Amino acid sequence: MLGYRVEGQQRATSTAAGTSGTTSTRFAPNAFIRIPPEGRVTLVMPQAEMGQGVYTSLSMLLAEELEIAPSQIQLEHAPPDNKLYANPFFGEQMTGASSSVRAFYEPLRRAGATARTMLVAAAAASWKVDPASCRAQKGAVTHMPTRRTLSYGALATRAAALPVPDKVVLKDPKDFTLIGTPAKRFDTSSKVNGTAQFGIDVRLPGMLIATVAASPVLGGKVAGIDEDKAKAVPAVRQIVRLDDAVAVVADHMWAAKQGLAALAIRWDDGPNANLSTADIVQGLAKASQGAGVTARKEGDPESALTGAAKTIEAVYEAPFLAHAAMEPMNCTVHVRKDSCEVWTGSQVLSRARAAAAEVTGFPLEKVVAHNHFLGGGFGRRLEVDYVAQAVRIAKQVDAPVKVVWTREEDVQHDVYRPYYYDRLAAGLDQQGMPVAWTHRIVGPAIIARYLPGAFKDGKDIDAIDGAVQLLYDIPAIRVEHVRHEEPVLNTGFWRGVGVTHNNFVVESFVDELAAASSQDPVAFRRALLRKSPRALAVLDLAAREGQWGKALPRGRGRGVSLLYSDWGSYLAQVADVEVAGSGDVRVHRIVCAVDCGQIVNPDIVRAQIESGIVYGVSAALWGEVTLSNGRVDQSNFHNYRVLRMNEAPPIEVYLLRNGEAPGGIGEPGTAVTAAALNNAIYAATGKRLRKLPLQPGLAS
Amino acid sequence: MVTLKVNGKSHQVDVPSDMPILWVLRDVLGMTGTKFGCGMALCGACTVQLDGQAIRSCVTPVSAAVGKAVTTIEAIGATPAGRKVQTAWIALDVPQCGYCQSGQIMSASALLAKNPRPTDADIDAAMAGNICRCGTYGRIRAAIKQAANGAAISGKGARS
Repeated sequence: MLGYRVEGQQRATSTAAGTSGTTSTRFAPNAFIRIPPEGRVTLVMPQAEMGQGVYTSLSMLLAEELEIAPSQIQLEHAPPDNKLYANPFFGEQMTGASSSVRAFYEPLRRAGATARTMLVAAAAASWKVDPASCRAQKGAVTHMPTRRTLSYGALATRAAALPVPDKVVLKDPKDFTLIGTPAKRFDTSSKVNGTAQFGIDVRLPGMLIATVAASPVLGGKVAGIDEDKAKAVPAVRQIVRLDDAVAVVADHMWAAKQGLAALAIRWDDGPNANLSTADIVQGLAKASQGAGVTARKEGDPESALTGAAKTIEAVYEAPFLAHAAMEPMNCTVHVRKDSCEVWTGSQVLSRARAAAAEVTGFPLEKVVAHNHFLGGGFGRRLEVDYVAQAVRIAKQVDAPVKVVWTREEDVQHDVYRPYYYDRLAAGLDQQGMPVAWTHRIVGPAIIARYLPGAFKDGKDIDAIDGAVQLLYDIPAIRVEHVRHEEPVLNTGFWRGVGVTHNNFVVESFVDELAAASSQDPVAFRRALLRKSPRALAVLDLAAREGQWGKALPRGRGRGVSLLYSDWGSYLAQVADVEVAGSGDVRVHRIVCAVDCGQIVNPDIVRAQIESGIVYGVSAALWGEVTLSNGRVDQSNFHNYRVLRMNEAPPIEVYLLRNGEAPGGIGEPGTAVTAAALNNAIYAATGKRLRKLPLQPGLAS
Repeated sequence: MVTLKVNGKSHQVDVPSDMPILWVLRDVLGMTGTKFGCGMALCGACTVQLDGQAIRSCVTPVSAAVGKAVTTIEAIGATPAGRKVQTAWIALDVPQCGYCQSGQIMSASALLAKNPRPTDADIDAAMAGNICRCGTYGRIRAAIKQAANGAAISGKGARS
């Protein structure tokens, strides 16, 4: 099966130009493909594999055009390189925003077609025949009239001497043999026998293990430690004190953990010492009274509201969320005299490398960074705080050191999904149809920090995503964002990004409007989607398969939600829930209809939708990070509850097939879930919840 | 010195007797297939088998394993149940990020070794301690049934 050469970090330098002669040469026409004279074809994966299946889907794009079979492929993690491996959407190496297939759909096909074209040209030249009479398939070129065949390996040296063509012909989608098929994942074997290497599995000669405690209050400092007590723990080697954190370095994690506990660290909590969640909500509520940056305006929403037969107003809230990836944050670092080497799992390997360069003061070329499989990303590994911290620690250690966060550290020092506070109003006409819609989103501008180049005119494309695209045909619309930054917790991207919060708000409020006009939630939406055939199609499919309208026992209810956003995919979901007298919610079934345009691998699309939904159910029912005295109250899976096997509903995914451009698929399943559950709870109980997590037992 | 028998091989390890098996495996013996997830027996990522019983190695001291046989993900494929489970896992492409899957497979293998025809309730009971943040639960359930039946599981909307 597949091999992974994790250690291989050499650049794809043996380009076609300048290679000639009689010696065997590797054929590497671009950064993604290496064909040696002997052995397997290596495909270099520009995007990080964190479960979303990109190593398989991106390989399929290359292999389809290159004309090689999956069994002929060996994969390699790309080294950090913002030129060779930039995500075309962001201009830097970045795995996020459900973008991998969308962004690389054409570039990787082109890379494959380029290599195939050159291999065919090399074969034709060696036989002195017209390239048009030759055909590439399964890693070899055949001269069709004479059936002569040469393998790609045999052609590597000759192909490497050819110029790289500027233009190549991509296959017609009707000729696809791999794209669109449920090809097996390339990473499964190593993930069922313990050989898959995650960042936390790195082992190096002489390596020490460290665990760390950072100030429990953001902005706090270390005031004092009992260093002698920690050093008395057997196998503890060193205490590393930073201004805002302390690490214990040991021979193994057990000693490091015990050493850390023995330190009895005293903290100076700093300016955030007395803040709690209520203070943050108060600040957001106050900010919601003022106008924000208008992201979309149709008609005259204020006049339309005033003139409406009926107006409805609501405030929605969504809490801070931790990512809680199964692999706790970790990073292994070896700081040498004039160089630094980093081993980790990152969604942004170039940023990880840059962070190490900045902390050490070494030039970038003196820092080597190795990526690994990610034990969950979900946006957490788009940040490099854990890398920078590990390098700060390693600077003081005379050996390679693996810094591993405990689960408690992971939950309490996350870069959290922000708390959002949304104010909405809508006007209905005499027939109960909406004539005005205003949506004011209050929360931070993550883009301003993370991608400042994309933050233009005060508009945060993430904060408004999933709200600004509102597909419902309403004549007067205003969507605005009030930027309100919180200094108490670091906030960043969380699976589903801005859409996860906005879809909950928008689709719950649409349900309120349907109820206010005494209409069926699906019929109400249908009437407003006449100009959106793709949305209508997924809605109808989900309603049909979700048995919309069919009677349910008392205490049960169905809810619907619809999603469209910058990911370009259309989803509709029907959830069937039961609310017990205690308020506990049991999800009986979830049906999700998906139109994500061109599908590369339908089985991976299904897996991602299933995955996203489970992540979304956890958050919708229980996900909440709260603060008391500046400290995160949650610490581990006992009080940051996530869905378990016995609670997971059956999920049915229905895919629509069409030739539209590929849409994102890693996140929408999460984003579309909370509203469907909320609307189902309303159907079951008559209680309209406007705050996550959904706790009908607490509602009046 | 503690003698720990792992996957049929005895190891003399110089560790404190209260050290959890997890860290002996990972940091002393260099067997990294067993994962650290929570440190409190809450997530199941660290699951190994002790005399065939699924246990959370993050809270089980090495002293509890003296005189017993530890089996880890690296060798579970050598057992009949483990082999069936791994085969079914591959057939259904269960893993996503894969980090929790060692623990899932160790729990599922222990279940099937004792109970070759588990019901849904049996599966819930055996697997509720293993968290998967990628949400592969549906496929895990289907794979356990496939491993038990040796037959393909089909269901509406379940597979392409």
